[in-house]
Amino acid sequence: MSLDKATVAKIARLARIKVPDDDLAALAGELSNILDWIEQLNEVDTRDVPPMTHVAAMKLKWRQDEVTGAAPRDDVIADAPEERDGFFTVPKVLE
Amino acid sequence: MAGLADLTLAEARDGLRNKDFSALELAEAEITAVEAARGLNAFITETPERALAQAQRSDARLAKGEGLALDGLPLAIKDLFCTEGTLTTAASHILDGFTPRYESTVTAKLWAAGAVMLGKTNLDEFAMGSSSTQSHYGPVENPWRKAGEDRPLVPGGSSGGSAAAVAARAGLGATGTDTGGSIRQPASFCGVVGMKPTYGRCSRFGIVAFASSLDQAGPFARTVRDCAILLGAMAGYDPRDSTSADVEVPDFEAALSGDVRGLKVGIPDEYRVDGMGGEIEKLWRQGIDWLEGAGAETVEISLPHTRYALPCYYILAPAEASANLARYDGVRYGLRVPGDSIDEMYENTRAEGFGQEVKRRVLIGTYVLSAGYYDAYYLKAQRVRTLISRDFTEAFEKADVILTPTTPSAAFAVGEKMDDPIAMYLNDVFTVPASLAGLPGISLPAGLSEAGLPLGLQLIGRAFDEETVLRTAGVLEDAAAFDARPGRGVGE
Repeated sequence: MSLDKATVAKIARLARIKVPDDDLAALAGELSNILDWIEQLNEVDTRDVPPMTHVAAMKLKWRQDEVTGAAPRDDVIADAPEERDGFFTVPKVLE
Repeated sequence: MAGLADLTLAEARDGLRNKDFSALELAEAEITAVEAARGLNAFITETPERALAQAQRSDARLAKGEGLALDGLPLAIKDLFCTEGTLTTAASHILDGFTPRYESTVTAKLWAAGAVMLGKTNLDEFAMGSSSTQSHYGPVENPWRKAGEDRPLVPGGSSGGSAAAVAARAGLGATGTDTGGSIRQPASFCGVVGMKPTYGRCSRFGIVAFASSLDQAGPFARTVRDCAILLGAMAGYDPRDSTSADVEVPDFEAALSGDVRGLKVGIPDEYRVDGMGGEIEKLWRQGIDWLEGAGAETVEISLPHTRYALPCYYILAPAEASANLARYDGVRYGLRVPGDSIDEMYENTRAEGFGQEVKRRVLIGTYVLSAGYYDAYYLKAQRVRTLISRDFTEAFEKADVILTPTTPSAAFAVGEKMDDPIAMYLNDVFTVPASLAGLPGISLPAGLSEAGLPLGLQLIGRAFDEETVLRTAGVLEDAAAFDARPGRGVGE
């Protein structure tokens, strides 16, 4: 599967990773190689084979609907790159 | 007392109980060993003060005859486990300064059993790699070198720091994580024992997530018995991990009966791959002879979808990684690179914070999950995963345990295989299938290559049957009598 620069740019945008224009071509090449190699899965007949979403036959457990404690705010905010009055601060989100 | 670092975990445990030496003396010997091994770059963070404080508490308990299961035993911890109050980096620039305010379940269990923390070991960034060269903190070196050569070799990955530390006698044991082979492959390259238990056996709570349906914590040590001891302390149901299996933890050490008479050992035809070195094939044969000599019976089995395991993994793991790594955005912890808008901040932070291999995998993962491609790639890979798992289920009707080589080669030089990501991925060809099927697997050192490097054999078992895997491994270990030491270990 050959990826062109525009597709790589689109994927980079979806993944929120900035890729400089100069790097797009090389990255497209690398990713295309990996995707070409992955194509061999098409050789496998998977009609009527259910997708494996979970490795072991397990049911999700339920817990009691009660408050078991919350992380203290100071702990949560402790490693914040920028914070003010106990809130994380970020560049403006809304126009 | 440098000789203390040479003991096995079981010997140290007995020595402490017999009061041959104190936990403090043992910790001091190990701290010296960690310092001596600095040239390997196996540790990102050393925690000697914590180790000494823990050792003193161990001594107090031992003196009263109230020693806990792992009291006083110094361990190295892969820097993917959140350790409260100690820097946890996942070997990534994007987690600069991250100091967890909580402890992972697996490490909490180790400290509750009295173990002592020597430090956090180096790894491939976010557990993505097979060489431990993809680290923001520089590559890890294997304490083994080829006979007559000076070139540094890789310890394997992603848990290369843990494997190298144990091989260099800088820690009686270590924790690692294994997603596609990240414990077993470095164990093979470093000549130590490493085990990935059944998916769900150990809690993933507090472990920096790479691929949630594949990640598993597991032990490294120099003997099978030591791994059994560590696994017993690490394993157990955890309600905070929704994928944790609510099953009893057996006494893994008690499983080491040394008896494999009548055991059926499966030899999978499809693991004879092109390009597999002659010495790997020879070691595999030798493993078969050893087990037959001990009364086991080998049976030829087929795992027909083996060759599709790697491409299947390289769709599923990156896809899950792209979701798990979405949280690293510069908002709440770690690196933040400013931007004019919030999106720009995300894009700049992640571009600078993630290394090359991580970016590759996040982008592949994003692509295979994107609209229009999800069915063709991700869903397809999940169906292939079902077939791979079924192969094992059918094989285990004829066999009780499966014997394979762990890796297609011995350790390679730092810098090799860097040009082609796929060449690097092929290191995991024998380990990935058991990961996809969620089955327990162990690697133990079985011999040396012609160049004098360790080679490992792998045993794979039924789900939650670590006991049979350990029992068989113990017998192989006795037969192999592997006692070679790396050149760059302690006291060289």
